[in-house]
Amino acid sequence: MRRFELAVVGAGPAGLAAAIEAGSAGVRTVVIDENLKPGGQLFKQIHKFFGSSEHQAGTRGFEIGRRMLSTLSDTGVEVWLDSQVYGLFPGWTLAVNRGDRHEKVQADRVLLATGASENSIPFPGWTLPGVMGAGAAQTMINVHRVLPGSDVVMVGSGNVGLIVSYQLLQAGANVVAVVEAAPKIGGYGVHASKLRRAGVPIYRSHTVLRATGPGRVAEVTIGMLDESWRPVSGSERTFRADTICLAVGLTPLAELAWMAGCEFIHNSRLGGFIPVHNREMETTTAGLFVAGDITGVEEASSAMEEGRLAGLAAASSLGRIGRAEAESRMQRVWDRLCQLREGPFGVHRRQAKDDILRKFEVRAGDCATSEKPAAGKECAG
Amino acid sequence: MATWRIIDHPILGAAPADRTVIIDFDGRPVEAIEGEPIAAALMAAGVASFRTTPVRHEPRGVFCAIGRCTDCVMTVDGVPNVRTCVTPARDGMIVRTQHGLGEWSDSGCGDSN
Repeated sequence: MRRFELAVVGAGPAGLAAAIEAGSAGVRTVVIDENLKPGGQLFKQIHKFFGSSEHQAGTRGFEIGRRMLSTLSDTGVEVWLDSQVYGLFPGWTLAVNRGDRHEKVQADRVLLATGASENSIPFPGWTLPGVMGAGAAQTMINVHRVLPGSDVVMVGSGNVGLIVSYQLLQAGANVVAVVEAAPKIGGYGVHASKLRRAGVPIYRSHTVLRATGPGRVAEVTIGMLDESWRPVSGSERTFRADTICLAVGLTPLAELAWMAGCEFIHNSRLGGFIPVHNREMETTTAGLFVAGDITGVEEASSAMEEGRLAGLAAASSLGRIGRAEAESRMQRVWDRLCQLREGPFGVHRRQAKDDILRKFEVRAGDCATSEKPAAGKECAG
Repeated sequence: MATWRIIDHPILGAAPADRTVIIDFDGRPVEAIEGEPIAAALMAAGVASFRTTPVRHEPRGVFCAIGRCTDCVMTVDGVPNVRTCVTPARDGMIVRTQHGLGEWSDSGCGDSN
């Protein structure tokens, strides 16, 4: 049995940011990740990040990942790779498959930064080889540097669909079409424009009707949808393609939070069931924190900020940072988070996150007496 | 296309000169970069189908590429249900298309389908 003050599950952007904060404050911390390399999805993100300079805008995801790993290595935090946490028990005990052996970890505080997994949609032929998640294709091209195919149909025009389409072009693939069921493109105009300039057609109010083989995807048929989301007969269009990428949303990976008995809230905008938490990222189960996509699917920039919040809160609760200092540093993080949740895309996420904070406070019943800012008012306006 | 590897990349630059090894895929040699996932090596060789399903014997390939969906499992060195997208390739590995749930093999020569 190994003992730590803080166990972080997940070495993606949220987990690494938390470990840097906690480790720098002297918290004896372990970061546990099932993958062979740390960084989560950061190392497949070869595009420049948005936001202000405080959010490392203009820096590519994998460069941010490298910096974080370098910073973390100076803190003395232990990083366990190829290690899967399969059990979480009050107190806290973590059951870990570490390589080919089993270990128990005892920790005073636990942070779940387990991320999210890609959604799928069913259609005839969706199980054929060649149909894969957009994130899967992104991993293949940007991390392993292998093309999943030569001619790709992308399903979904959110930022993942648009960005991965462009990265497939950069990797040398042909993107035959982007298909979007909604009447409007889901992601940022700047990403859609880059695709359009490259000659990639974006079919709005269209969906994939079927893929045919044999053996692997060879042809993809799409069709138009009417206002009731039903296919319009006679609108079918067939492409020769060997790959279909599905960019149809992500679902938070919250199994360990369920196991720990956390209260949940359902929010479809944030990807499904989410552990209720407060502004310091602590769940309804004292001592258990969450950060990143498990708290609602956003992007890496906000995941890192949430990780900092959780790291600061854990360090403060362990007495490694004074309460006043922790408060003021967390406020600065919140100021940046609020900036990330502005604008026509961000405001909906902000409202959804406010609902989560509000649910925590209603449950705690301290709305009237709390000295902290009331939930749902973290961001002005 | 002889290989699906991305040799030059406008952002990532030239592919690093990593050590290549040979794995055995269903009896034929396939070049792999040491330590890359088995699935990446097979995909680079143009392999799309990694296993067949137990009942309808349909082909399946890489779906999530991060070790969650188990669609890419194969029999590796006699052990069935190995997630090839997160298992590093090593020189001389015996990789077999897995049929159904696969079978354990003591000989290390793949399953017995």
